This record gives sequence, C-alpha cells and structure tokens, in this order.
Amino acid sequence: MRPLTEEETRVMFEKIAKYIGENLQLLVDRPDGTYCFRLHNDRVYYVSEKILKLAANISGDKLVSLGTCFGKFTKTHKFRLHITALDYLAPYAKYKVWIKPGAEQSFLYGNHVLKSGLGRITENTCQYQGVVVYSMADVPLKPEESFSYEEKTNLASIPLTAYRSSSQTF
Amino acid sequence: MEGQNVEELLAKAERDEAEKLQRITVHKELELEFDLGNLLASDRNPPTGLRRAGPSPEAELQALARDNTQLLINQLWQLPTERVEEALVARLPEPTTRLPREKPVPRPRPLTRWQQFARLKGIRPKKKTNLVWDEVSGQWRRRWGYQRARDDTKEWLIEVPGGADPLEDQFAKRIQAKKERVAKNELNRLRNLARAHKMQLPSTGGMHPTGHQSKEELGRAMQVAKVSTASVGRFQERLPKEKAPRGSGKKRKFQPLFGDFAAEKKSQLELLRVMNSKKPQLDVTRATNKQMREEDQEEAAKRRKMSQKGKRKGGRQGAGGQRKGGPPSQGGKRKGGLGGKVNSGPPRLGGKRKGGQHQGGKRRK
Repeated sequence: MRPLTEEETRVMFEKIAKYIGENLQLLVDRPDGTYCFRLHNDRVYYVSEKILKLAANISGDKLVSLGTCFGKFTKTHKFRLHITALDYLAPYAKYKVWIKPGAEQSFLYGNHVLKSGLGRITENTCQYQGVVVYSMADVPLKPEESFSYEEKTNLASIPLTAYRSSSQTF
Repeated sequence: MEGQNVEELLAKAERDEAEKLQRITVHKELELEFDLGNLLASDRNPPTGLRRAGPSPEAELQALARDNTQLLINQLWQLPTERVEEALVARLPEPTTRLPREKPVPRPRPLTRWQQFARLKGIRPKKKTNLVWDEVSGQWRRRWGYQRARDDTKEWLIEVPGGADPLEDQFAKRIQAKKERVAKNELNRLRNLARAHKMQLPSTGGMHPTGHQSKEELGRAMQVAKVSTASVGRFQERLPKEKAPRGSGKKRKFQPLFGDFAAEKKSQLELLRVMNSKKPQLDVTRATNKQMREEDQEEAAKRRKMSQKGKRKGGRQGAGGQRKGGPPSQGGKRKGGLGGKVNSGPPRLGGKRKGGQHQGGKRRK
C-alpha cells in the first residue's frame, strides 16, 4: 500500500474529471474528514484517514481491500474507473442522462441506449462527454461516454445516445 | 503392658537405626576412586559376585550400583556447602580426569598473503610494546586501536600541504583515507577466509571464467563487465538483438504511507487547479493551428495553380514564406532578409489573420 505518485494522480484525476469536472476538489478536500487515495495491488482506494491507520496494521499480502475502490491502473498505467466509485461520482456529476424504465434493463445488461430510450439529459452535453446515467427514479446506474445532444439531431440512421464501452469496466 | 510397648518401640527404633547405618555404610575391599568434579566414582574391585550370579545378574548388578552410588553420595555430602538463593549447594572441586576430544584436530589453515610474503622474505614479527607514551594527552596510549596514541583523524589542526587545493577539506580527506584503508583491510580479510575455506567471495562469485558456467552466470558476468567502464556503461553498445537487462534501473522511492495529509491535499489541489486552468488555453491553440493548417493548404493549392499558369507570384510567395517564419525567433533562424521582412509585415499579416492572438497561440505551441 502506498500513496499515488504525481503521474498516477494526474492520470486518475484526468479520468475522474471527465465525469465530475472541477467538483473533484470536493472529493479531495472534504469538510467532514481527511480522505486520501492509496494504491494497493494496482487498485486505487479512497479511504478516510481513520480507516487507513487501521488498515496499515494488516500485512500487504493479507489485505484485500480498504475504503472504496475507485478503480485500477492497468499494466500500461492507464486508469480504469470501477462501478464502486459511483457513490462518490454521482452526487457531483456535471452531465446526467436519465433513461426510461424500458431501456434501463437493456442498458444494465450491456447494450447501447437508443434515442428512444432517453428520458432527460442535461443541456450542453458535448459529444463524447462523460455522463452519469440515471434511471427515472434518480438512481445512478453508471457513468458512461455519450454522444452529444446536438449531434443526435443530425444523425439520421441509428441515433445512439449512451455509447457503452466494450469492456465491463469503464 | 505399656512398658513392654515402650521397650518394643525403643528396640524397634534401634533396629531401624542400625539398618539405616548399614545401608549407608558400604564395605569394599578396595576403596573407590572419586573424581567429584565430574561426579565420577571408579570401582576397581574384582566383580566376583557378578561372575557367580550366572545368566541373569540383575539383582547383583542393582546391588552393586546402589552401593557405589551410596559411596559417591557419601563423598558429596562431605564437600563444603554454601547457600545460593535459599538452596544449599555443594561446591564441586576441579575435575581431575581429562576427557578426550569431542571433534577431530583442526586442519592447518592456508597462510594468508602476508604470511606467505613474510615467509618468503624471511620477515619475523618484531616484538613491540602495546602501549606508547603519548605526549599530547600526557598518558600511555595504545599503539593501535581504540584511543590510540597518534590518531591522525583526531587532530584539531592540519596544515594545508604546499601543493594542495586550498579549498579542499583536509579533515574529510583524512577520514576518507581511513575509511578506504579499513575497507581494504576487510576485503583482504574476507579474501583470506575465502581462500582458507576454498570458497568464492559472493561479490565475485562466478566472475572467474571456468568454462563450465551457466547461462545466468554468464549473463551476470557480462552485465558487470558492461558496467565496469569509466563511464559506467553509458557508451557500451548492445548487440543488434540484445534486450535491455531487467531490473537494472534505480529503485523507485515513494511517499510514506502516513505522510503529511495536509501537504498531500495541498499538492493534489494544486494539481487540480493546474489541470483545470490549462483546459481552455489548449483549445484555442488547437483551433488556431487547425485554422492555419487549412489556410496553408488553400495557399498551397492556389500556388500550384498559379505556377502552372505563369510566374507572377513572387510577392505571393514572399508572403507565404513570411507567414511560415511568423514567430520572430524562427525568423531569426532563417536567412536574414526574411527577418527584416517579418518586421515590415505585421499590418499585412494582421489583415490576413484574425488578430494577434493566433500568433500567440502558435508561439505557445
């Protein structure tokens, strides 16, 4: 377990900032406690100082997880965000997409969201913007990359809105 | 009746006493030899009783053992006793029997390099006194070792020698020289030990060519040889298909786990600020570069068309050349004439461009 290096922090912040923008500093600097990012076995954990102090007493090979896993660094040092980060990203999301109940199930099982399945979307969402997908009951489902709203009106054939990345994590 | 009982009791007591005494005293023809230091009693009496016993002499053996042990303990009881932490302890005398060696005699060690040399030259060790009179401290000090008489690292005043650099630290120089001597001594000691036990020093293990070395040993020797140049291997070429050795970089150092949380937070916020502030600038740069590239392409296409038609485009080409040399620094690099032209150019360039910002954007890029 170790803190992140400058390079790793930058890569991770760039990824997270795609979804929550400058609200990221609210994650870094919290009024209700000192939270920090720690790297363990290539995974980044967001953990409070208190829990970190307890976790330091466990030997590295026996420690499975601590705090919340935000994601992991791949072998080529790219950062992949995990679904476990959703609880922290959803409240600060800048661009949100709400999908209809019918499309929700299909989306969760890995399909793209068509224009017909779109309920609401925040305005000025650009193309390939990172958004957080919500169900109509305001339950955050997943952060995703999206096509833009303006582009959608130009597309004649297959109007895709939320483009689901091919792998399971995003 | 009672009197009889008492008499009987007394008689019984007497008989018991006699029996005890009998048990304690043992009659032997020949006295035993005792080595109380080793708790040893040697019985030299001929074992006639055992011979007479026949095939199963257990009872006789047991009686013999009991008798001899009794005699030994009688002897022990006669030793001077003392009290050690609420226990009465007998102090054993020095053992008189010499026990044989447990392990075989050690083989003679091979001579060290100095010993070989001394033997060759016929140098004998001169007897020197251990203590030397030290004037400075006014006492007898060792010739060598802890708090020795003449320790040059402990001097408080060193004159700078004639040919030396005046900014050199003479004290540090002496300490460094001493460290080097100590290290050299240690190395020689280890080498002597290795020679004595017919082993190799781990630092040079496998570096001496034997002809029967494994691939890993050869690889290691090759890497060491590569680094053993004056430039520490920086200018050593590799073979065409040779791969860089794994794990030869510097070990990375990370921040401690519980570093200063406030400092960590501050650096992360700073990083975020820089990240956020950079975003719009880059966009402008990219947009302007894109625009300029498009304009360049248009110009190139026009020029090609014009050059096909005729040679009326000196001015145009000059303008095109000027545009490419836009930033003054780059203009300086090219021929001097162009630099002058750049200075006279701006109003015309300003007309073509959409303002000074773009130039600024390109410069930033």
